[in-house]
Amino acid sequence: MAVAGLFLMLFLVFHLATNLLMLAGDGGKAFANAVRFLTENPAVKAMEYILFAGFLVHIALGVILQVHNYRSRPVRYHKRLQTETSQFSRYMIHTGVIILVFLVIHLLNFFFIRLGWVALPDHAESRHDFFSMAVVLFQNPWYSLIYIVSFVFLGFHLKHAFQSAFQSLGLNHTRYTPAIKVIGTIYALAISIGFSLIPLYFLFIY
Amino acid sequence: MDFKLKIWRQKNAQAKGSFRTYPVSDVSPEMSFLEMIDYLNKQIIESGGEPITFEQDCREGICGSCGLYINGRPHGPMRRTTTCELHMREFSDGETIVIEPWRSKAFPVIKDLVVDRSSFERVMHAGGFISVDTGSAAEANSLPVSKHNSDKAFDAAACIGCGACVAACKNSSAVLFAAAKIAQYALIPQGKAEAKERVDRMVKQMDTEGFGYCSNTYGCEFDCPKGISVDFIALMNREFFSSKLCKQIPGKYTRKV
Ligand code: SF4
Ligand code: FES
Repeated sequence: MAVAGLFLMLFLVFHLATNLLMLAGDGGKAFANAVRFLTENPAVKAMEYILFAGFLVHIALGVILQVHNYRSRPVRYHKRLQTETSQFSRYMIHTGVIILVFLVIHLLNFFFIRLGWVALPDHAESRHDFFSMAVVLFQNPWYSLIYIVSFVFLGFHLKHAFQSAFQSLGLNHTRYTPAIKVIGTIYALAISIGFSLIPLYFLFIY
Repeated sequence: MDFKLKIWRQKNAQAKGSFRTYPVSDVSPEMSFLEMIDYLNKQIIESGGEPITFEQDCREGICGSCGLYINGRPHGPMRRTTTCELHMREFSDGETIVIEPWRSKAFPVIKDLVVDRSSFERVMHAGGFISVDTGSAAEANSLPVSKHNSDKAFDAAACIGCGACVAACKNSSAVLFAAAKIAQYALIPQGKAEAKERVDRMVKQMDTEGFGYCSNTYGCEFDCPKGISVDFIALMNREFFSSKLCKQIPGKYTRKV
């Protein structure tokens, strides 16, 4: 869980960095270059499969965890648990499901088009023209809203996930653990805000 | 003080239980929570009823038997306090207090508020022991141990096996208990001999008993009456990985000798 999660968190950083190139204000040239580099690089192709596996493992373990844990308390309490817990940790499966739904929408929009599984919107110039696709999609306020809301929930997920992964791997240190918690919060905020900037840019600035 | 008590009543392990409400009046604020139930039980017995069964022994916070789930909190609203150490002055006059047994697949209810915690015992049997030489006690200074480690081991050993960590966990996971028991041996030289197998076997037993998996919500630490830290869970995870990554199976060698 933790290892797959950390791997996915690393992926998010690269994904965000590439996406932010869309905001360069050059009509998507820098972004297109990056996309070309990524789609043509065989190493990245290989990573794509590992990434897919990472998602599958993370999701499968998450479901197993949830089912097992639910069964561990066959008779529930009458009075709900009042014990104080780290807020976001309670809703990992819920935020996880929201992210999964978003992921499916996202893949339908972008990735499957590239594979030729799903038809391209007519305005796009080529199968790799993600920039025009982004323009079309994000100028639809509903799509942008779904996108931003999903990333807010991803932020909640990550807020717990980051420090939790270290704890699960036994990486705990009197001095560094508080720092890890702070970095985790900053990371979660950065990912949420970073990705949300893109639809906002296309909605209001582009 | 007057209270309305909503208490889980269940005849035996097989019976289907239900809540019953009992009014109690003239409770002294100085009474402990268990004394308050004694007081209620006396009235129930006098009126010919079946008293409420609950587990208790030391009544001073060291035996770990008195766990009750009070108003949504294991051991009640006070932190670092067992039910027997809790006083009625912590509640407000006229309050309704809901009292339930621990709820976990691994802690089946035997009667009323009493659960069977022998699953904890079996986790201990699986690895919570050390090999010691019999005979006269060894010379104390022959086993060097750092002050820091001995203090930490002592903190871990403060666990009284009450099960509040399981009760407080949304996953009903027992890792805080297991981690405390593993850490109390892992940190001192006496525990080294069985260290690898210990963590392996205790974790396996925990899963067999049907406790949930840890998802680091840290509710256990919040409601542990002995303040056992989740740092020990990280320590247990480290021990676990090292036992998995560097396994030495007796009689098998990586290179022929
Ligand atoms: S870790 Fe704390 S809550 Fe859990 S059994 Fe030990 S003393 Fe009780
Ligand atoms: S009765 Fe022993 S800890 Fe409460």
